Amino acid sequence: MSILVERTTPVIIQGITGRIGAFHAKEMIDYGTNVVGGVTPGKGGESVHGVPVFDTVKQAVDKTGATASVVLVPPPFAADSIMESADACLQLCVAITDGIPAGDMIRVKRYMRRYRQENRLRLIGPNCAGVISPGKALLGIMPGHIYEPGAVGIVGRSGTLGYEAAAQMKELGIGVSTSVGIGGDPINGSSFLDVLRLFEADPDTKAVVMIGEIGGPQEAEAAEFLRDHMTKPVVAYVAGLSAPKGRRMGHAGAIISAFGESASEKVEILRDVGATIAPTPAEIGSSVAEVLSQAA
Amino acid sequence: MEIHEYQAKEILEGFGVPVPPGGLAYSPEQAAYRAREIGGDRWVVKAQVHSGGRGKVGGIKLVSDEHEVEDAADELFGKRLVTHQTGPEGKAVYRVYVEGAVDIERELYLGFVLDRKSERIMVVASAAGGMEIEEIAAARPETIVRSVVEPAVGVQAFQCREIAFELGLDAALVPQLVNIILGCCKAFEELDATMVEINPLVVTGDGRVLALDAKMTFDDNALYRHPQISELRDKSQEDPRETQAADRGLNYVGLGGNIGCIVNGAGLAMATMDMIKLAGGEPANFLDIGGGATPERVAKAFRLVQSDRKVEAILVNIFAGINRCDWVAEGIIQALEKAPVEVPLVVRLAGTHVEQGRKILAGSGLPLIHAATLAEAADRVVTAWRNSQGASVRAVMS
Repeated sequence: MSILVERTTPVIIQGITGRIGAFHAKEMIDYGTNVVGGVTPGKGGESVHGVPVFDTVKQAVDKTGATASVVLVPPPFAADSIMESADACLQLCVAITDGIPAGDMIRVKRYMRRYRQENRLRLIGPNCAGVISPGKALLGIMPGHIYEPGAVGIVGRSGTLGYEAAAQMKELGIGVSTSVGIGGDPINGSSFLDVLRLFEADPDTKAVVMIGEIGGPQEAEAAEFLRDHMTKPVVAYVAGLSAPKGRRMGHAGAIISAFGESASEKVEILRDVGATIAPTPAEIGSSVAEVLSQAA
Repeated sequence: MEIHEYQAKEILEGFGVPVPPGGLAYSPEQAAYRAREIGGDRWVVKAQVHSGGRGKVGGIKLVSDEHEVEDAADELFGKRLVTHQTGPEGKAVYRVYVEGAVDIERELYLGFVLDRKSERIMVVASAAGGMEIEEIAAARPETIVRSVVEPAVGVQAFQCREIAFELGLDAALVPQLVNIILGCCKAFEELDATMVEINPLVVTGDGRVLALDAKMTFDDNALYRHPQISELRDKSQEDPRETQAADRGLNYVGLGGNIGCIVNGAGLAMATMDMIKLAGGEPANFLDIGGGATPERVAKAFRLVQSDRKVEAILVNIFAGINRCDWVAEGIIQALEKAPVEVPLVVRLAGTHVEQGRKILAGSGLPLIHAATLAEAADRVVTAWRNSQGASVRAVMS
C-alpha cells in the first residue's frame, strides 16, 4: 500500500498540450502512471502521447473515469483549473504550478468547502514536486529513479530537498512508500498534518520523514498531531537555520514573519514532541536508518 | 513587493481612507514649496524609504516654519537611514514627503495580513498604536483585536463595528473607522496585497480619524494583473545584487558572508546555506536557479555571484531531477569559459547521469574541486576558502 496514489489510479493531466505539460505527461506515462487523458480547453479531440485530450475536466471524467489530476497550467489560470477539478468531483488534484497568487488560493480553498467531506477534492500543492508511490505511480515532476519502493513516507515543502532525502535513503538501501511534496506557497491544499494523518493510517508506512522550512504555522500544527496521535517514528529536518528574518527565501511562503516561524523554533517544537531531528540536511538518510533500527 | 508610504496613502485614499494633506518632494526647495501649498504652521517631513522604524533614527522631522522644512529635507536627502529593518547598509533617501501636522488625541493600530492559519485575510487592531505590532504583541497583547474576513462575502460592517467598539472608540467616530476598515479590505483584495498597515491611525482633536502612516506590500505572483502597482517599484530601495538577479529571472537574496552559493531548488538552497554555516563558513547569498539548469542560467548565476566582491569561494550544488548532470556539467564549463572564476570553486552534482557529468567536469581541465555529497561539498568549500585566506595572508607577509 501507499497513500494517495496506486498503480491503478486513473489520472488526467490538466494543461497536457502545453510544452511543460506534454513533457511531464511523457515522464509520468513512462514511469508507469495510469494516465488516461488530458484537458486543454479548445484542444478536445486531439491526442498527446497516445492519450485523448478533452475540453473540460467533466468530459474527461465522463469518458475515462479519472479520479485524479495533475495541474500543469500556467499560474494565471491554475486556480481556475483546480476549482474545475473540484467541481468534477475528482478525489485528488496535484497542482505543480509555481506562482499562483495567494488571493486566488484563498478563493480555491473557500470553493473546495462547498462540497461535502466525502465528495471533497484533496488538493496537494501548489508549487510542489508532486506525489510518487515508487514502482506504482508518479503524479508530479520528480525524477522517479531516485526512489526505491519501501516503507518510509516522505512529506516536505521543497522538491529538491525531498530528492536529496530520497537519494540519501536509497544509498542506505531504504525505500519509500509514498513521497508527497506539499509545496512552498503560503496557502496550500494539504498541510503536513493532513499528510501525516494518511501515513499514520497506512499499514505499509513504518516511519515518516518530514522536511519543513521557515515560515508559516504548519510544522507547529503537525507537532500537536505527533504528540497526540502519531505512533510511527518521525525524522524531521527544517531548512533555513541561516535564513534572516523578514526575507523571502525562494518559496513564496518561506519567510519568517512571526514568532515560532524560524527554523530553530520549529526544530525545538518538533524535538519536544519526540521527533528525531536530523542534525544536518546531509544526515536525513542516516537518521532514518537509525530510527528504523531502533524500531526493529 | 514593497512601496513607499506616500504611494500607499495615495492608493488607500482612492479607497476612501482619509489621510492628512501632503505632497512629495525631490529637493529641499520643492519640500518648502509643498509646505506652502499645504498651508498651516506645522509640518512633518518624512524620509521615504522601504522600512519601518524611521522615526527612531531621525527619518521623520516635525518643523514649524518653511525654512525648517527646507533644512529638514536638506538633511534627509542622500542620507542612508539605518533602521532595525534595513541591515547595516541602510536605505538611501531620494524622496521626502511633506505633510501637514495634525493634532493627535489618540493613536491606534490597524493592520491587515494574510493569515496562514485561517488561510484568509485577517484584520488586526489595537488601542496601543504608535508602537510596532511586535512590541504591542509583547507588551500589551490584551489590546489586540482580531477578525477574520470570509472570502465569499468580504468583510462585513458589523465586524468593523465590533473592532471599533472593542478599541473603545467614541460612538460618534465609529462610522469613520468602519469606512476605513472596509476601504482597506477592498484595496487588499482588489490589488492582491499581502499586508496593509496603518500605524498610527489617529483620532484628531477635532474628531477625525486619519491614517498618519501607511504601508502596503503586494503579492509578487499577482503583479502580472496589476501593472499600475508594478510601476511603483523603486529599485533604489533594493539590494543592487537582488535587483540584478530579479531582472534576470533568478531568485536571489544577498546575505553577509563570503561563500557564494549556486543551487537548484529553494529548499536545497536553504539547506546548502545551513550546511555551510554548520561547517564553519558564512553564506554570501541564497540563490535558486530553478529546475532547468540550462547553460545560460548557470552562466548568469556565476556572473551574479561573482559580482559580489565579498565572495571568496563558490559552491555549486545541483540535484538534477528532470534535467541531467551531463547537461549541467556542460553548462558549468560553458559558463566558466565566458566568466572565469578567480576564487576556489566546489561543484557537487547528484541525480540523473551523475557519472557522465562528473567525467565531463574532470576532463575539462578546469580547476574545480569535486564533492560527491552535500556534507562533503560544504566541508570542501569551507576548507578551500580557509586555505585561500591563508594563502593571501602569506602573500602579504612575504
